[in-house]
Amino acid sequence: MVKKNKGNSRVTVYPDWCKGCGICIEFCPKKVLEFDAHGKCSVVREDDCIHCGFCELHCPDFAIVVTEKKSGETAS
Amino acid sequence: MEITGNEIIHQYLRHNKKFPHVLCPGCGHGIVLGTLIRSVHHLGLPKDDVVIVAGIGCSGRLAVYVDFNTVHTTHGRALTFATGIKMANPKLNVICLMGDGDALSIGGNHMIHAARRNIGITALILNNNIYGMTGGQSSPATPEGAVSMTAPFGQLEKSFDTVQLACGAGANFVARGTVFHVNNLEKLMIKAIERPGFNMLEIITPCHTQFGRKNKYKTSVEMYRWLKANALDRERYEELEESKRGDKFPVGVFVERDEPGLEERYAELKARFSAGRNG
Ligand code: SF4
Ligand code: SF4
Ligand code: SF4
Repeated sequence: MVKKNKGNSRVTVYPDWCKGCGICIEFCPKKVLEFDAHGKCSVVREDDCIHCGFCELHCPDFAIVVTEKKSGETAS
Repeated sequence: MEITGNEIIHQYLRHNKKFPHVLCPGCGHGIVLGTLIRSVHHLGLPKDDVVIVAGIGCSGRLAVYVDFNTVHTTHGRALTFATGIKMANPKLNVICLMGDGDALSIGGNHMIHAARRNIGITALILNNNIYGMTGGQSSPATPEGAVSMTAPFGQLEKSFDTVQLACGAGANFVARGTVFHVNNLEKLMIKAIERPGFNMLEIITPCHTQFGRKNKYKTSVEMYRWLKANALDRERYEELEESKRGDKFPVGVFVERDEPGLEERYAELKARFSAGRNG
């Protein structure tokens, strides 16, 4: 089950695969993502992620993955 | 632990190919590939039972990256190769990946006759309104008035409505989705793969490089915003007064029939003959 509460998700971007198209950044409902200095996607507010799945489903380059934090990992 | 999202995708990619893939940043075709993989995964089809038959064009490049049986064919002819494959081995799930130029122009004749025959193929038409790979020439799906490399003052011709074309030609299943509305697209794609007969799914997918830039979209993101604003469920679209439709376009299922595919009818004929009856 995908939990929709904040602070439970781990958002990972693979910079080698990210082409900086900005789709995930534009449409993330919680503004979790921003461009970094190289024009690629970076995760800036992971704790706000509600695991809606938008970024992962729409990344044309399969460069972003959202998972649940493993037990033991604390919501920082 | 059950894997999700892009972890599924990574299990189906050919990791000996060069990634990131060759498509431009923000190209919707990558989203189509992801949706296709999730749909196959959802249906639980073994990789060896899936055949991807691609034509030529940016959409055709997708076949390179995915670990199914893949055939990269000649321009416009994906459906002819697919027809042969399906007739020879009907248990395979044969999925054609074609662009709008590929499927509606060079391969337009194959498209209408595959639909008429009702051969058991899933035809995915990735409509980006342009010939992307060859430099941005007008395709039969370039909207009237849009600027292209071959129509610098705006396209004079009317474009095909892919859905109406497939309906008219007799396809068993006709649907349209967009790469922005990806959950719906996945539902439509699952149907288009599992249903009998000829199933056509048109997918509206942005090409910023060759179409968007010439048509006042500053970024590919703007094209996704346009999709978000203008795709309407078929029922809602039909309720809308014509004068208010503007750029809006209908998505969803347009035809859904269960007529047996040509390969099924052929198998019945063979069975009849081998039972010694020919009447
Ligand atoms: S899963 Fe949703 S909320 Fe979380 S980063 Fe992606 S788009 Fe944003
Ligand atoms: S959608 Fe994918 S490729 Fe585009 S910016 Fe986000 S992570 Fe990068
Ligand atoms: S030219 Fe257009 S269709 Fe081809 S890869 Fe680039 S954005 Fe995609």
